[in-house]
Amino acid sequence: MALLEARGMVRTYGSVVALDGADFDIEAGQVTALIGDNGAGKSTMVKILSGTEQFEEGEVTLEGQRVVFNNPAAARSHGIETVFQDLALCPHLDPVENLYLNREIKRSGVLGLLGFMDRKAMRDRSVEVFTDLGATVRKLNEPVGTMSGGQKQSVAVARSAAWASKIIFFDEPTAALGVVQTANVLDLIRRVRDKGIGVVLISHSMPEVLEVADTIQVLRRGRRVATINSADSTVEELVGVMTGKLDEEVA
Amino acid sequence: MSNPTKTSSRDVQDMIESEQISIIQRISRVQALQIVIVLLTIVVIFSVMAPDAFLTVFNLRAILMNTSILVVLGIGVTFVIITAGIDLSIGSVLVFSSVISAMVMGNLGATGWVTALIGLGVALLSGAAWGFLNGFLVAKAQVPALIVTLGTMGAALGLARVITGGIDLYEIPEVMVDVIGFGNLFGEVPNLVVLAAFACLIGGIVLHLTRFGLTTYAVGSNPEACRRVGVKMDRHLIAVYMISGTTAGLAGWMSIAYFQQTSIGGQSLTPLLVIAGVVIGGTSLFGGIGSIFGSVIGLLIPVVLQSGFIIIGVESYWQDVVIGVFLIAAVYVDSRRRQKAARGSGRKPKRFQIGGVQGKSSKKEGIK
Repeated sequence: MALLEARGMVRTYGSVVALDGADFDIEAGQVTALIGDNGAGKSTMVKILSGTEQFEEGEVTLEGQRVVFNNPAAARSHGIETVFQDLALCPHLDPVENLYLNREIKRSGVLGLLGFMDRKAMRDRSVEVFTDLGATVRKLNEPVGTMSGGQKQSVAVARSAAWASKIIFFDEPTAALGVVQTANVLDLIRRVRDKGIGVVLISHSMPEVLEVADTIQVLRRGRRVATINSADSTVEELVGVMTGKLDEEVA
Repeated sequence: MSNPTKTSSRDVQDMIESEQISIIQRISRVQALQIVIVLLTIVVIFSVMAPDAFLTVFNLRAILMNTSILVVLGIGVTFVIITAGIDLSIGSVLVFSSVISAMVMGNLGATGWVTALIGLGVALLSGAAWGFLNGFLVAKAQVPALIVTLGTMGAALGLARVITGGIDLYEIPEVMVDVIGFGNLFGEVPNLVVLAAFACLIGGIVLHLTRFGLTTYAVGSNPEACRRVGVKMDRHLIAVYMISGTTAGLAGWMSIAYFQQTSIGGQSLTPLLVIAGVVIGGTSLFGGIGSIFGSVIGLLIPVVLQSGFIIIGVESYWQDVVIGVFLIAAVYVDSRRRQKAARGSGRKPKRFQIGGVQGKSSKKEGIK
């Protein structure tokens, strides 16, 4: 049984059918790539599974239990985090403050009730998380906005990794990065996976998908059309399945 | 780091620097430090030009007293501007709160502390109520803060005029005037100043040390990120505008103690003065940056200038001109800083220039 199973997902936006009975599976300790052409329904699927959008028909089970995420907080409470394409960091806050955004550790006792934070505990734990991931965050007291793209990415990934116990969605994490930074992010993704977390990677870069993913699931026109083992696949095959060319050839 | 040999020396250097400079950096990052230097320069100039009149206990007390009410207003405005909002209604809310407070105290008839404290409670509550209305309209109805508070600016003052028929109220408890308005702590420090300082202390602690304060910065820094991590944005914005309303209420109560009357017609320029002071003090109109300390310094500058100009015999209207220049300069510095940050990599460009390897470094940044 997969860690998370989505069955027969339907979601429409007016007359546009974004998901038309799509299935999706996420395995623990594996990188599952979700690919598809523009408009295939990748983003909608991720938004539904991370709680930002609702589905109209279908069923989602997490570890065998039926779940419905009415909002992102509900998904997070089940150990599901998302690394957003725009990273969703506060540029004026430092890495520690970003890591703990809205989940700050309060001081014990009366001071905690008054809203005082235990900054030392937050910092110590952040160092632990960054070290654990081998993330290249050098300055913990500088605003994130002054850091390089790669470091920002590290902070965003570390934040999700710190809080996710089951699943992390990566929404095109390398779209804005250079070659070396991309390699770093893929490393981070592998380390997160090795912690036993189910990683979902949405990407347009087929070589990248083949490099890091264990299985690849392909969406086309709102349905899952293939589940491919990445070890024995090629860029040509993926593109063929995505665009539907392969079907035509088989037919 | 996939290229350790090339970057390790820089890493080590960075880490060492980050340890050594961190405190100084953190302070100097606050625009307030620059503005402290400006304030000190102004003080020194006036002190040299008029040594007998400017740097006297009497004059300094006058300056601090004239700043007290503005500073209390500035606390709330600092919170609001850090969320990238604005509150134009503070002057009118001050008037409205002082009118309601004065009416309640007048009706109670007594002139003792109980009456005064009830008056304080009424002023704070009426301020908070206006703040709630502002916050609700900004957060829930999604009307831009500029328009909401422009509207309540007119409405609060209009209602105050309707209630009083436009005539100021003079029936203020004596203890308020004697102790709050003109009393001194240790015989030298005006109680009005003590009260303002206390309010600043509370405001500073909440803003800089608590979770609420950090969230205030976060909301101004990237509202979308806050929404995604589940910050209750609406609630927070309403709370922030309520702080601004409440400090305006407190300022209203202080003003009737100081002027011994309400000042219905006298606050139309107040919001602009306070916003200018807060912005000069380094709080960014774009949100995410600011400090109570900076606002205090920024609000002191106009008062010090005015005092100084009067003493050295320059027409005090020059104060408005100088403040105008300061305001534009402050926002210019802020927007330059933002542009720099937006250009990415944010390593202080100066360091590259000093080393003469700007091109090389930015290239490395690119391929890292």
